Amino acid sequence: MSAEQMFEILSTETVNTLLLTLLSTLFAYIIGLPLGIILIITDRDGIHPNRPINAVLGFIVNILRSIPFLILMVWMIPVTRTIVGTTIGNRGTILPLVVAAAPFVARMVESSIKEVDHGVIEAAQSMGAPTGKIITKVMLGEARPSLLINLVITITTILGYTAMAGFVGGGGLGKVAVNYGYYKYQDDIMTLAVILLVILVQIFQETGMRLAKRFDKRL
Amino acid sequence: MSENHIIRLEHLSKTYTTQAGSVQALQDINLEIRQGEIFGVIGLSGAGKSTLVRCINFLERPTGGKVWVDGQDMSALSTAELNQIRQSVAMIFQQFNLLMQRTSLENICFPLEIAKVPKAEAKKRALELLELVGLSDKANSYPAQLSGGQKQRVAIARALSTNPKVLLCDEATSALDPASTRSILALLKDINQKLGITIVIITHEMSVIENICQRVAVIDQSRIAECGDVREIFAHPKSNIAKTLVFPNQRQTQAMVGTLCCRIVFDGQSSYEPVIANMILNFKRPVNIIFADSKNIDGKAFGQIVLQLPEEPGVAEKMQQYLQAQGLTVEVFQADANLEVNANVR
Repeated sequence: MSAEQMFEILSTETVNTLLLTLLSTLFAYIIGLPLGIILIITDRDGIHPNRPINAVLGFIVNILRSIPFLILMVWMIPVTRTIVGTTIGNRGTILPLVVAAAPFVARMVESSIKEVDHGVIEAAQSMGAPTGKIITKVMLGEARPSLLINLVITITTILGYTAMAGFVGGGGLGKVAVNYGYYKYQDDIMTLAVILLVILVQIFQETGMRLAKRFDKRL
Repeated sequence: MSENHIIRLEHLSKTYTTQAGSVQALQDINLEIRQGEIFGVIGLSGAGKSTLVRCINFLERPTGGKVWVDGQDMSALSTAELNQIRQSVAMIFQQFNLLMQRTSLENICFPLEIAKVPKAEAKKRALELLELVGLSDKANSYPAQLSGGQKQRVAIARALSTNPKVLLCDEATSALDPASTRSILALLKDINQKLGITIVIITHEMSVIENICQRVAVIDQSRIAECGDVREIFAHPKSNIAKTLVFPNQRQTQAMVGTLCCRIVFDGQSSYEPVIANMILNFKRPVNIIFADSKNIDGKAFGQIVLQLPEEPGVAEKMQQYLQAQGLTVEVFQADANLEVNANVR
């Protein structure tokens, strides 16, 4: 394989990995963020305790979190095919990624908001703040640094998942490592794919942590 | 109901049901708080005073009885109406409960955001309030950069932003050092006088009540043990709990079991006359000052002194009569396990 070909493959698949990771993170938060908020407010000590809702959602989240991603993806093939029409490439990977990451995000959001001092929430209630305002202004506002840190952890986790997806037809750098490194023993391109994955993770990690630190006004 | 009562509690009760069983936090509480007064609620920890204050703004829903605030039956209100009335019943807390990710100014703007006040107007109001609490230079500081006293000042400014009629203070000075406590109490008094806001103060410290309250309810084991004028209760506590609280230090270092003591209350008598010294000269018997906390305000004495009296038969009674003849409130008692006093003279 020529250097140009290699560069071509790696650059395309880096873009694919980024696309997959960021889109899946976005969708995972669209589902996971409200889910995490519902989990926290329906909790026994929450602002609207609701045992049935909390128990059902908690159960679903726990079950989905227990299934290893690769297994979940394979298990979901019929569902993915019905909904998306394909089970390979970027399009076939996003759905299982979101299904795996959303419950993860829900737990992350839940734990971030749990760190918010209950007294501050009580103060907001004493001012006559409706639930919506308590969620947006107090819970999310006060948990911002922690939410940012957890966003970084989520992105790197999903990035790891995309690489796994390469084994069962997903796109991205994981596919490169599997197809060229695992099946064809082309160590050079596989090593480059690994280096690129490491660089991506480091970039997300550094930026995220710096942002979180800058946004935290507690110190 | 009478017009000048801004808060009225009628047969209020609150029971918590837990897996371990039910706990009665408040029982048959009846209280009337007048418009514009500073009303204190005192009790030991666990007496139910924090629950009581939370029942006023319905942060805790009472399980029995009625709460009237500004003529409204709180239990009859919808959530939206409740949120509305809460804007006129502000609250401050022991732990300040400021938003840590917002500046002082943004914290004060917060209730105004909830009340949908336009941003520019809210900011103007917040700056005025910062000036009122003496923190104009801290507008852009975050709570983490402020001292405890300053945080409570920001919390007070925040509570005042929506022009409340009532300010509820839940142990507002308990996390502060004595100097900050004094300045916060002075600020509250000032607010009460300048703005006419009714203030309800929850505390476990009699000194706080003495300092700024006009009337007080003493709460013990989820009931009101005694309620009335602060001066009256301070001078003549009737219930055991009031006696314990009025008494200098409940945190005893030394028990004086079976010792004859007397407590003298100064309530504005002349501070120029050396009452105790005269008594000692008169009887030619020594007394031991167990505790003294008296202040000289404009030549008048306020406060209390606890003396250990001679054990000789008859002398204590005569001393009591002597002191009463001087116009002082005197109470003789045997110091026992319930009324241990600190032997350190402050």
